[in-house]
Amino acid sequence: MDEAMLDSIVERVLRELRKPPEPEPSGTGCLPDPTEIDIREQYLVEAPMHREEYAALKRNAPCRLGIGRAGVRYKTLPQLEFRAAHSAAQDAVFSDVDESFIEGQGLFLVQSRCGSKDTYLTRPDLGRRLSDAGAGMVRERCKHAPTVQVFVSDGLSSAAVEANLPDLLPALMQGLQNERIETGTPFFVKYGRVGVMDEVSELTGAEVTCVLIGERPGLITAQSMSAYVAYRATVGMPEARRTVLSNIHRAGTVPAEAGAHLADIIRVMLEKKASGTDLEL
Amino acid sequence: MRKVMLSVGVDIGTSTTQLVFSRLTMENRAGSSLAPQVRIVGKEVVYRSPVYFTPLRSEDEIDAEEAARIIRQEYRAAGVSPQEVETGAVIITGETARKRNAAGVLEQLSGLAGDFVVAAAGPALESVLSARGAGIDRLSASLGTTVVNLDIGGGTSNLAVYDCGELRGVSCLDLGGRLVKVAQGRITYVYPKLGALAAARGIRLEAGGAADRAALYRVCALMAGQLAQALRLEPRDGCHEGLYTNGGAPLPEGRPIRAVTFSGGVADCIYQENGGDCFRYGDIGVLLGQAVRENAALRTLKWLRPEETIRATVVGAGAHTTEVSGSTIRCSHGCLPLRDLPVLKVGEEASPEGVEASIRKQLPLYLPEGAPLALALHGGQYTGFAALQGLAVAIVRGADALVKSAYPVVLVLEADIGKALGNAVNALLGGGKALVCIDGIRVQGGEYIDIGMPLAEGSAVPVVLKTLVFNT
Repeated sequence: MDEAMLDSIVERVLRELRKPPEPEPSGTGCLPDPTEIDIREQYLVEAPMHREEYAALKRNAPCRLGIGRAGVRYKTLPQLEFRAAHSAAQDAVFSDVDESFIEGQGLFLVQSRCGSKDTYLTRPDLGRRLSDAGAGMVRERCKHAPTVQVFVSDGLSSAAVEANLPDLLPALMQGLQNERIETGTPFFVKYGRVGVMDEVSELTGAEVTCVLIGERPGLITAQSMSAYVAYRATVGMPEARRTVLSNIHRAGTVPAEAGAHLADIIRVMLEKKASGTDLEL
Repeated sequence: MRKVMLSVGVDIGTSTTQLVFSRLTMENRAGSSLAPQVRIVGKEVVYRSPVYFTPLRSEDEIDAEEAARIIRQEYRAAGVSPQEVETGAVIITGETARKRNAAGVLEQLSGLAGDFVVAAAGPALESVLSARGAGIDRLSASLGTTVVNLDIGGGTSNLAVYDCGELRGVSCLDLGGRLVKVAQGRITYVYPKLGALAAARGIRLEAGGAADRAALYRVCALMAGQLAQALRLEPRDGCHEGLYTNGGAPLPEGRPIRAVTFSGGVADCIYQENGGDCFRYGDIGVLLGQAVRENAALRTLKWLRPEETIRATVVGAGAHTTEVSGSTIRCSHGCLPLRDLPVLKVGEEASPEGVEASIRKQLPLYLPEGAPLALALHGGQYTGFAALQGLAVAIVRGADALVKSAYPVVLVLEADIGKALGNAVNALLGGGKALVCIDGIRVQGGEYIDIGMPLAEGSAVPVVLKTLVFNT
């Protein structure tokens, strides 16, 4: 390679660099939000043999099927959707429920024996017990020996609590009132596991204890909640004594309807004085 | 939970009368940690009566007592008492529906056919029932294609198109195997519309004339051609429009039809070539079967076999009229079953004010009937707790006259909010008023609904809609 050739290459590179920048694309400058896509309606296979039949199958469940491929990999859009769903799941676990939200729902806040999210994730046993201060507050502020004690906990999804509680809790309370079932003083447990309901049951002396708790998030929704309900729960009792209503979210059992249904489950539980596998619903 | 219901189907048609008993099995299909979902998981026909000729007192009047005697006899033969029957339908189909004493016949039968049986008719309903009895909804779903069922009976041909399991359209024409009756080599009856169709093609067709096989085959070929026109397989001629029953509408346009099935009395003469006397049933059914089989335009479709042929309609009435509500609902004790509730469809659902005004405006049209009614709405935009309270207030205010009456408040919703809305309404009514609030049911104004005894600890109820379009 001689010098003249080198010069010409350098000149060409410099010319390229001096070019004015490409104009910004017009519009708002926002990319479409991949979380807005309804994956039941998304079908990305190119030149399919049976598009309509596949689309009809997809409407049954939000599965990541029929999303095409680029060589052996995902296409860009499904890859972005997957990562968005994964991030939402992580956020749901690692964020805290806003304290002003808890107050707004008329709940006071107590904490489990976990001092941080990290402890909560690594020490499930501590999430099943109330801190000494928390236990004291429950003893002090809650109505003693109510028929039903309802409380709320973040569990593994703070996002679920914020998304569902404003519809779930009042619908549950209205359902119980309709049945003339007495309720205790509701509150919120931070860093709580399902099993914390056993201590709450013992502390309040409630006949039935019900915790509304965020479920471990998945890649379909990070906003799913469960209700665990037990008749005369005690610390150390078998897990089989809990009755669970799961998949409470806007694409599952909608929270208001779930609250109403839950009131019915509690009514039957009080009638039959049993819960979990001992209770046939 | 597993519940089995006995369902009856009775079909009194232009030419034949039949009965079937079916066992409907209902089961909660949701996992143990989910809200229940009660579904009909099994439909089994457990008894089929013989096919009787419909007893007639005269050319246009059913012999009600004789029909009731046949049905009573079939109950005995099946070993079923009317009290055991929980649901089903009695229908008077085909030309007979226009007969003068249809109401009287249904009255004779309503006590007989159990405590919870409907009486419904109408060409659109028949089309749906025959297609579902023939299994066309399932067939089209499993093949993933469009299938039309032609239920060709004595007086009418009922058409229903299903696409991937969904009903796409129904229609009914006055074409059938008994529109000409024959006895001892003579024509004894000609349906006037058919006489006119033949005359337009220069064929003389008159009662009293000789039953000439070749001439009558040509008439049947005309009818088969009209069926092909109804399916848009051939251009429609000037005679076509007048053949729709009661001036009804043709099939709506849509995806092209790929496959065809035949049910009804003529179906067996279509699928099999029959030797022997072509007038042995005293009509032209055998010839019509041959003409349909030999129609080139119909042959361009894929021919399939239905699950039922001559019994399709009665099986449809017996096994496919009952559905199950959503499984989180609210029903006061002791006010079910409810039968024949007229449906008031709430319009202007977008706002609670609209709901209130719509109910208030329509209610006076229903209440003077002196019977309970059902208020129906979709409800899909009222899923939040606060929104539900607003909707409940609107309903209770708008239906004030109903609340003050002796009748229960009955709400029928499509969206899954039955129990939550029921609770909200109940809270406003103070708990003293009988209230039924069910969901998962799509219903139109002007229709009627039966609500049966609760299933599965009260989590769901069986429902029969006397409607033209069924939920699938």
